[in-house]
Amino acid sequence: MTALQEVPAQDAAAPAGVRREALYFALRNGKLLTGFGIVLALLLLGLLGPLFLSGTGSEYGTQPMQPPSAEHWFGTTTFGQDVFTQFVYGLRTTFVVGALGGGIAAVIAMLVGFVAGYRGGLVDEILNMFTNIVLVIPTLAVLLIINAYLGVRSVGAQALFIGLTSWPWAARAIRAQTFSLRTRDFVDLARLSGANTWKVITREIAPNMSSYLFMTFILLFGGSVLIASSLDFIGLGPTEGTSLGLMLQNANQWSAMQLGMWWWFIPPGAGITAIVGSLYVANVGLDEVFNPKLRET
Amino acid sequence: MRRYFGRKLLVYGLTFFVAVTVNWMIPRFMPGDPVSSMVARTGASNPAAAETMRVYYTNLFGFDQPLWKQYVNFWAALFQGDFGISIWVFPTPVSEVILGAVPYTLGLMIPSVLLSWVVGNWFGAYAARRKVLDNTLLPVGYVLTAMPYMWLAVLLAWGLGVVAGWFPVAGGYSFSMQPSWSWDFILDLLHHWVLPFSSLFLVALGGWAIGMRNMIIYELESDYSNYLAALGAPQRLIRRYAFRNAVLPQITGLALQLGVLVAGALVTEIVFSYPGLGSLILKAIQNQDFFLLQGAFLFIVLGVLIANFIIDIVYVVVDPRTRAGMAGAAA
Repeated sequence: MTALQEVPAQDAAAPAGVRREALYFALRNGKLLTGFGIVLALLLLGLLGPLFLSGTGSEYGTQPMQPPSAEHWFGTTTFGQDVFTQFVYGLRTTFVVGALGGGIAAVIAMLVGFVAGYRGGLVDEILNMFTNIVLVIPTLAVLLIINAYLGVRSVGAQALFIGLTSWPWAARAIRAQTFSLRTRDFVDLARLSGANTWKVITREIAPNMSSYLFMTFILLFGGSVLIASSLDFIGLGPTEGTSLGLMLQNANQWSAMQLGMWWWFIPPGAGITAIVGSLYVANVGLDEVFNPKLRET
Repeated sequence: MRRYFGRKLLVYGLTFFVAVTVNWMIPRFMPGDPVSSMVARTGASNPAAAETMRVYYTNLFGFDQPLWKQYVNFWAALFQGDFGISIWVFPTPVSEVILGAVPYTLGLMIPSVLLSWVVGNWFGAYAARRKVLDNTLLPVGYVLTAMPYMWLAVLLAWGLGVVAGWFPVAGGYSFSMQPSWSWDFILDLLHHWVLPFSSLFLVALGGWAIGMRNMIIYELESDYSNYLAALGAPQRLIRRYAFRNAVLPQITGLALQLGVLVAGALVTEIVFSYPGLGSLILKAIQNQDFFLLQGAFLFIVLGVLIANFIIDIVYVVVDPRTRAGMAGAAA
């Protein structure tokens, strides 16, 4: 018994050391800092921006088709709407869709991946088959049908359906990781000590791949943002409010391109690219932080 | 190998079954009654269409019949190639409308997907472990993959089409022309094809390049590479072996990316009003043409399944392990 009781004491010290080491490298990783810096800046703009702005960007104004100026930072649309205000509110929607959609997808992926990888056998076969089926069906095509039949569409519903359809690749990746962890000694030890499946997964397996899980979530987040923007662009976006994808759709629908109103379609696309691209770059940085083999010098 | 194909075909068969079932279920179990509202909406603008729709619905769906019977009927109609009647271009059958659009989508997608895959892999393999190239490839690649497809399309259309005036920005061919097999028409077709093609090509390029670069670095660190280097093999040879191994996950990656690539093609077509499936879907949504939308959905699923199967065959040709019945491609 004493031997078993000593283990947690050692364990408690070790993660703290690992965490400190990770933090040390994280603060010195240019990719991670730049990536998260940009995302954080845009997130703050989306969160705090509306406090300083009047209106929600959907009101029609008196000065249509104005190029960027001191008064309208990103110019105005054909209807005199302020593009900057729309952009700030659009950022909010984009982050909500990313976090919710990515979060839901991550939870499903973890459930399926952990259970399939840890239990193996028939459970694995069935879950794997299920994963492969959802994997092959083109996500956007399903979302098209669902969203077209939904008369009133909200950001939440959009995120929910994106989450429900975009998890398979992540589930497969997590399953593969779990597979390699489940034969390790510490997992066997936990099982010997009588821990049930749920406990082994949450206490032994998940913490040992937490960095991997976090990076998976980031990729799912980016994916959700891109899928949502495509849906918005096709005209199946949220029926109320604005989003970066809806701005692009409006710009395209009202021929901003032909009219030379570049300030209407460049900011929303740049915003999406900045968020997703920074997340990807930050992910590479995270990989370097957690994986000593990849660190430079 | 038989086991490998057997498994694959089982998954694809089940997928098609699930897709058709989803297609059948969504209109029935969605909140509200889309069918009656659909008929009502059409009735206002086109009474003849509404009447045909009502007849069609009662015949096809047979609302008085039990649910399982409706489901069987749905499958029966499907196997007869009956996807319903389009409302947008009433009274053309949906299958006809879609078949008219498919060549444009395929003509856009097949070259751009294949070329971006080949060129991206080549770039990635070349840039890996080469400091200067790597430092330029990575940022460019990440920006490209992070771009929404339609945004790059809009940027290209605006820059090279509207501002520079080099390429037309709308349509699959000039409005003044009739589709025919003359040189003038083909040249015009190509002229309209360049921009949507380049935009699809560029966005996909970044992802392949980054993936290949990472795989090559991984392979160059493996034991066989070190062993070859220790034997004094030239760097070129080691890289060639690394490339052959690194290409395998990229082939699987191509299969996994198909859905994203189709989505990209759809939105790109919408930007350029290219007369493919994307524009068709937009029209279907704008006109509440649910038959057309559902038909397009099934066509896309079918196309993706066929493409997946072709990639599986390629994988067997490329990877000897799958032929020997050993673990190779993930099932």
